[in-house]
Amino acid sequence: MSQFELVLFSIIILLSALAIIPLFARYQKLLIYISFSLTALSSVLAAAGGALAVANNFKQSVTIPIGLPDLPVHLRLDPLSGFFLTVIGLLSFFVSIYSIGYIKAFVGKRSVTHLVIFYCLFLFGMFFVVLSDDAFSFLISWEVMAASSYFLVMFEDERTENRRAAFLYLVIAHIGAIAILLSFGILAGAATDFKGFSGYTFDAMRQTEFPVGWATAAFLLAFFGFAAKAGVIPLHIWLPEAHPVAPSNVSALMSGVMLKTAIYGIIRATFDLIGDFPWWWGAVVLIFGLITALMGILYAIMQQDIKRLLAYSSVENIGVILIGIGLAMIFASFEMPLLSALALTAALYHTLNHAMFKGLLFMGAGAVLHATNERNMEKMGGLIHKMPWTAALFLIGCISISALPPFNGFASEWLTFQAFLLSPSLPSPLLNLLIPLGATLVALTAALAAACFVKAFGITFLGHWRSHHNPHIHEVDWFMRSAMILTAVSCLVLGVLPTLIINWIDILPEQLIGSRIAASAGEFGWLWLTPISHERASYSGPIVLIVVLAVLLLAYILLHVRKSAIHRAPLWDCGFEKITNRMQYNAASFSMPIRRIFGFLFSIKEQVLRGGKDGTLHYHLRVRDRFWGWLYMPVADISFYIARKVGRLQQGRIQAYLIYSFITIIVLLVFFR
Amino acid sequence: MRIYPIIIEILQIAIVLILAPIFIGWIRMLKCWFQGRTSAGLFQPLRDIMKLFYKDVVLAENASWIFRFTPYLVFSVTVLAGGIIPILSVDLPLSATADVIALIALFAIARFFIALAGMDIGTAFGGMGSSREMMIASLAEPAMLMAIFTVSLVSKSTSLSQIVQVITHTEFILRPSMAFAILAFILITIAETGRIPVDNPATHLELTMIHEAMILEYSGRHLALIEWAGMMKLFLFTSIGIASFFPWGIAAVDNMFQLPAAIIFMAVKFCIVGIVIVLIELGLAKMRIFRVPEFLGSAFLFASLGMISYFILE
Repeated sequence: MSQFELVLFSIIILLSALAIIPLFARYQKLLIYISFSLTALSSVLAAAGGALAVANNFKQSVTIPIGLPDLPVHLRLDPLSGFFLTVIGLLSFFVSIYSIGYIKAFVGKRSVTHLVIFYCLFLFGMFFVVLSDDAFSFLISWEVMAASSYFLVMFEDERTENRRAAFLYLVIAHIGAIAILLSFGILAGAATDFKGFSGYTFDAMRQTEFPVGWATAAFLLAFFGFAAKAGVIPLHIWLPEAHPVAPSNVSALMSGVMLKTAIYGIIRATFDLIGDFPWWWGAVVLIFGLITALMGILYAIMQQDIKRLLAYSSVENIGVILIGIGLAMIFASFEMPLLSALALTAALYHTLNHAMFKGLLFMGAGAVLHATNERNMEKMGGLIHKMPWTAALFLIGCISISALPPFNGFASEWLTFQAFLLSPSLPSPLLNLLIPLGATLVALTAALAAACFVKAFGITFLGHWRSHHNPHIHEVDWFMRSAMILTAVSCLVLGVLPTLIINWIDILPEQLIGSRIAASAGEFGWLWLTPISHERASYSGPIVLIVVLAVLLLAYILLHVRKSAIHRAPLWDCGFEKITNRMQYNAASFSMPIRRIFGFLFSIKEQVLRGGKDGTLHYHLRVRDRFWGWLYMPVADISFYIARKVGRLQQGRIQAYLIYSFITIIVLLVFFR
Repeated sequence: MRIYPIIIEILQIAIVLILAPIFIGWIRMLKCWFQGRTSAGLFQPLRDIMKLFYKDVVLAENASWIFRFTPYLVFSVTVLAGGIIPILSVDLPLSATADVIALIALFAIARFFIALAGMDIGTAFGGMGSSREMMIASLAEPAMLMAIFTVSLVSKSTSLSQIVQVITHTEFILRPSMAFAILAFILITIAETGRIPVDNPATHLELTMIHEAMILEYSGRHLALIEWAGMMKLFLFTSIGIASFFPWGIAAVDNMFQLPAAIIFMAVKFCIVGIVIVLIELGLAKMRIFRVPEFLGSAFLFASLGMISYFILE
C-alpha cells in the first residue's frame, strides 16, 4: 500500500466511524470503545502514511470531483503535509487511547454521543487541512476543524464560563478565517490576473511570481489569520479561556496539534505558495514570536488553574516555533540557505516536540482533574503519594517542556539557540546587534518555563493536600496511564535521538529552502548532534543519558554497600513546630517574586480584607491580561455601541420597514442605473 | 581507541571530585585569615562530607521518591559536567557531549530537581527557597547567554574545547568585548553558585536563605551528595570562566608533557580566584532579594556592552 492510500484509508475509517456512531448511541460504553479504537487506528495509519511520505520524499496529488461544479477538491501528500500529518496522527493516536479511559467517566452523567461525533469530525478536519491542495477545500476543512472544536469546548454547556469561552473562540477563529480567506483570494486572483477562478489551486499559486504589493498583502493577511488560530499575542485571548474548559483529551489535541495547523499554514503560505520574500517579513514573524514567547510564559507563571497555565504555556511554545520560522525567513532572504535550514529544522522539530510534551501534560492535568475534580492548584498538593504514575509521567512532561536535557524540549531549543548564535554572519549590522537581544529573550523564556513547571509540578504533586475537604483520590485506569506512558516514551526518544529525527525531516528544508543541515558530521556518527560542524557546537543526548544514569547508579550502589538505616521523622523546618498544610508555599506565593519583577506587564489587583465577625483576613489577588483591557474591551464596547445605534432602526412597525426598503431602492436606482 | 584521553578524563573527574571541597576549604581558610580567626584547614570540607556519609539518614515523614532521588541526580549531573569542561587538557572524550549552552542546561536540571525537593516535604522554607532560586535562575540565564554569545563571537564556537584551542593558539590581544564578558560572567557565577552578595552559603538565617532553605531537611548521605555537588558547581563555574577567558596552560591535544605544567597552572589560577572571591565576599554585605534583579541586570548590561563593543571596535 502506498503512502497516499494509507492516508486515504485512514480518512475512510474516520468517515465510517462517523457513520456507525449513531447506531451505538444507546450503548454508551460500547460506543466509546468502538469509536475511539477506530480513531486510534485511523490516526496511526495517517501518522504512518505521513512519516513514510517524509522519509521517501513522496509527492502525489489527486483530484476528487466533489464539491461545487468546476471546483473539484484537490488533495496532495508531500513531505510538508506528511510531516504535519505525522505530528497530528501520532498525538491523536495517544489521545484516542487516553479518551477511552477519560470519557468513560462521563457515562451515566451525560450523553457522550455528540462528543464522539465531533471528536471524529475534528480529526477529519485536521487531517484534511494539511492534505488540501486548493484554497477551497483548505478553508472548508479549516471551518470543519473550527466548528467541531467549538462544539467540543461547549461539551459541558451548563456552565456559563464554558459557553462564554466557546463563543470567544468562535469569534476569533472566524476573524482569523476571514483574513485567511482574503489572503487566498488575493493569491488566487493575482495568479490569474483577477480573471477566472482557476487560480484557487495551490499549484497555480506556486507557479506564479507575485508582484511585491500583492504578495505582501497576502502574507500579512495570512500571518494575521493563522496567528489568530495559533494564539499569537495579542490574538491569544481565546486560548486560555477555551483550552481549560474543554474535556482534557480535547484540550490535549487543541493545544498539542490544532495550533500546529496554523504553523503549517504559515509555512505553506510563505515558503511554498509565495516563495520569495524580503527580510522584514521574517522580522515581523520573529518579533511576534519573541513577544508571544515571553509574554506567554509570564502569564503562565501567574496562573492558579493548572489547565490555564498549560494553555498559556502553549502560547509560549507557539512563540518559540515562530522564532525559528522568523529566523529561517531572515536567513533565507539573505541567501544563506544552510542557516535558514537550521532555523527551520529547529522550528519543525519544536513543533513535533511540543505536540508530544503538551499532549502529555494536558493528559496528566486531565488525570488530576479526573481524580480530584479540581483544576485550582491552590487546593491541591501531595498527589505524588496517591497518583504515583500520573506524577512520574507529568514530571517527564515538565522536564521536557522546561528544555532540560536529555528530553526533547532541550534538543529543539538548543537548535534554536544555535541558529541565533550564527546570526553574526548576516550582512546587516542592525540585525547583527538586535538578533542577539532576541536570543536573550529566548533564554529568559526558557528559564522562566523551568520556573513555571517547577511551580506546576511542585504545587500540584508535592507537599501536602491544601484544600479543607479531602476527596477520595485514586490513580487513573490503564487506558489513560498507557497513553501517557507512550507519550512520555516518545518525549524521551525524540530527545535522546535527535540525529535520527533530523535526518528524517531534513527533506523539508531541502525542498522549501534548498539546503539541509548535517545532523551529524561524518566520523562522529549518530551519537552527536552537530548541526554545522563539530568545531562549532555539538550535543549528545545518548551520552548525557547514559553517563548520568551510570554515575547515579554507581553512587547509589557505593552508598548502599554499608547498611545504614533510614529513619522517618516529623518535619524539622528549622525547629518550627506548629506547621500546617495551609502554611505551605502555594501557587500565588511561588510566583510572587516574578510577579513583583514583571508586574508592570499585568494588571494586578491585590487586596487584603478583614471579613466576618471573627476578624479573619482574606487575601484577594487578581492578575489579568492587559490585552483584554487594551484591545478587546474597546473593540467590544465599540461594537455594542454601534449595535445599539443601528438597533434604533428596528421600530417593529411594518410602515417603517417599508420606508427603509423604498429608500434603499431609490438609492440603488440613483447609483446603478 | 586511544588510551591517553580516557586516562585524562578519569584523572580530571578525580581532580574535580577531590579538589572542589579543597577549593572551598581554601576560600574558607582565606576568609578566616582575613577576619583574624583560626581556620579549620584546607581539608575540613572534605572531612565534613566523609562524616556525613557515615551518618544515618533522617527523612521527613511525607518525603516522596523525588526527595530521595534528587541528591543522586544532582551529584551525577555535576560529575558529568566535570567530565566535559576542559580543566587539565582539551583532549577529553566527553567534551563533545555538550557545548556551553548544553552545559548550562545540565546545571539547570540539577537546579530543577533541588527546587522540586525543596517543595516536596511541604514546609514554608522549602517553598520559599525554591521560588527564589527559580527567580534568580531565570534572571541569570539571559545574562549568561549574552556572555556566551560574546565569547562565541571571538572563537566562532560554543564548544569549550574549541574556545580554549582558539584562544591559546591566536595571538593575545586585549579585547574590550572579553573584558565586559568577564565582568558579566563573574556576576553570574556569584548568583548561580549562591555566594555573597546574592546568597550566603554559611547562614541559616531564616529570611535570607535561598539554597540552604531548599535543602534544610536533608541529612546523612543525601546531604553529603548535595553539598559535594554544590562545591563542585563553584569549582566548575570557575573552570568554565578559566577555560573561556584565561585558558593559557591547559594542555593541548596529545601532549602528555604539558600535563604537569597544566596542573600547576590550574592550581595557581584557582588560588587567585579564591582570593578574588574572598575579597568580594568580605567587601560586600548580602543584598535584599529584590535587589538581585538589579545585580543581574547589570550583568546583562555588561554582557550586552561586550557584544556591542565587539561589533563596533573589533
